[in-house]
Amino acid sequence: MSESFTKGMARNIYYGGSVFFLLIFLALTFHTTKEMPQRDHRENLTESVARGKALWEDNNCIGCHTLLGEGAYFAPELGNVYYRRGGEEGFKQFFSGWLKSQPLNIPGRRQMPNFHLNDQEIDDLAEFLKWTSEMNVNNWPPNIEG
Amino acid sequence: MSTLKFQSQAVAKPYFAFALILFIGQILFGLIMGLQYVVGDFLAGAIPFNVARMVHTNLLIVWLLFGFMGSAYYLVPEEADTELYSPKLAMILFWVFAAAGTATILGYLLVPYSTLAEFTFNELWPTMGREFLEQPTITKIGIVVVALGFLFNLGMTILKGRKTAINMVLMTGLIGLAVFFLFAFYNPVNLALDKYFWWFVVHLWVEGVWELIMGAILAYVLIKVTGVDREVIEKWLYVIIAMALISGILGTGHHFYWLATPEYWQWVGSIFSAIEPLPFFAMVLYAFNMVNRRRREHPNKAATLWALGTSVMAFLGAGVWGFLHTLAPVNYYTHGSQITAAHGHMAFYGAYAMIVMTIISYAMPKLRGIGEANSNKAQVCEMWGFWLMTVAMVFITLFLTGAGILQVWLQRLPESGEALSFMATQDKLAIFYWMREVSGVIFLLGLLAYIYSFFIGGKAAEKVS
Repeated sequence: MSESFTKGMARNIYYGGSVFFLLIFLALTFHTTKEMPQRDHRENLTESVARGKALWEDNNCIGCHTLLGEGAYFAPELGNVYYRRGGEEGFKQFFSGWLKSQPLNIPGRRQMPNFHLNDQEIDDLAEFLKWTSEMNVNNWPPNIEG
Repeated sequence: MSTLKFQSQAVAKPYFAFALILFIGQILFGLIMGLQYVVGDFLAGAIPFNVARMVHTNLLIVWLLFGFMGSAYYLVPEEADTELYSPKLAMILFWVFAAAGTATILGYLLVPYSTLAEFTFNELWPTMGREFLEQPTITKIGIVVVALGFLFNLGMTILKGRKTAINMVLMTGLIGLAVFFLFAFYNPVNLALDKYFWWFVVHLWVEGVWELIMGAILAYVLIKVTGVDREVIEKWLYVIIAMALISGILGTGHHFYWLATPEYWQWVGSIFSAIEPLPFFAMVLYAFNMVNRRRREHPNKAATLWALGTSVMAFLGAGVWGFLHTLAPVNYYTHGSQITAAHGHMAFYGAYAMIVMTIISYAMPKLRGIGEANSNKAQVCEMWGFWLMTVAMVFITLFLTGAGILQVWLQRLPESGEALSFMATQDKLAIFYWMREVSGVIFLLGLLAYIYSFFIGGKAAEKVS
């Protein structure tokens, strides 16, 4: 680098540039949070969904599964599991049966623990996954398999 | 015999030692998980995958934080040209953090996670159960207290001493680390908002403020091992971290593609993350350039190797492997696949694990009173550790990338109805997972060689004239 480009100039780019882009980021964040209500359908956030999210967190489901692509990559994506496993007609029944039959104990197969949830809790968790699946997330994932 | 310029730098030693112990733990749990990928029921009752994963990632975060703190305690007094404000406070915080960290890990291992959440009153202020932020709320508060004490201690040291560019960059990085961690306490019921602000910790840490910390440590070690003029190195440091923040802040957008966010993030994220490899590339040029221009032959060859290695591996892992799947149309297929895992492994190792090992390599001989450098024999063993770990990590990344490409091919590209299910796809990837596991074992051997090098005595290496 030539001598005309001084350390002071580099420092100013660092402080000035980062503050500038941080402000843009904050402005975009502000705009995004204004837009999100149209996409996340927060009007459907019921008590049951809230309890379901707490159950999701208290049992560390993210430690094996992904949810909207984030989490561990050990077990299937659950952001769209509601559609994959029956939707309106069949999901809740499938989900309850699935949770209650864990662990499957098939030798060598990845095991899902049994979290001993009661029927109310299973329903709350299902409501949380249903609400999650209904968000507008720009058509991700590419297909039903997640 | 002490070879330290300032006696208070000695507080760095327990931080470094504890960091390395946690690192061993991290790798052991990584191996358990790697095996569970192919032998699904391995230890399934005792250590379910989600527990092993939590321990693996949390140990990583905590050992790097210990490493960063040790680095700061080591280099800030020397840069500021004064003793640390309070070595006593540094030691108290060490024990607080070590005890809280150990208790948290034991909590993960000994009781079901939901019991841990109940014990720690998570319902009063729910913050748990989100990826990387699994710590009980009380631990999170502890982290904040430790961080504040740490920043106070360093801040007071710098205030009474010399304010070099390295000190200032390190401080802005550490303050940013503390500030962005506060978003860990925000957990709204609305999952979309939760995820949006979760990235304020996760992305703005690893693709933002941590890069400042990395840059500052690298600059410090380069000054020491090359003897190149500080003005030149510090100018480069500013340019590189400016690029890192300018690209990295709006680069956060690449995490907002598939959330309930406006579609413009796909443009913002793609454009700015395309720039993100540049600072890492600049770092490679800078490190090699400085070493070529060196004015002294530093006897610690291992530290120089680590410094060069971290620049290359950070560029490959964070830069190249990040760019590989960061453009929105590509990410649509690769998001949350094994490609993400491949990138994560090499980026964390190259940028952060290696920078901590760089400064440990440089500082430990002085902290242990050996001198400028370990004996040649110890350095040879350390360099074996370097190469085994680094080559193993390259292979881990390649195998996971192979797994990821096949996964996208089988599970994501075909239409619904024709695509393989997640579990059926996983079966097809088994060969890659096995090879990854073998590479992981080699990584562990490298780590053991590295640790063993600390126990090799001998006469300190001399400067080659």
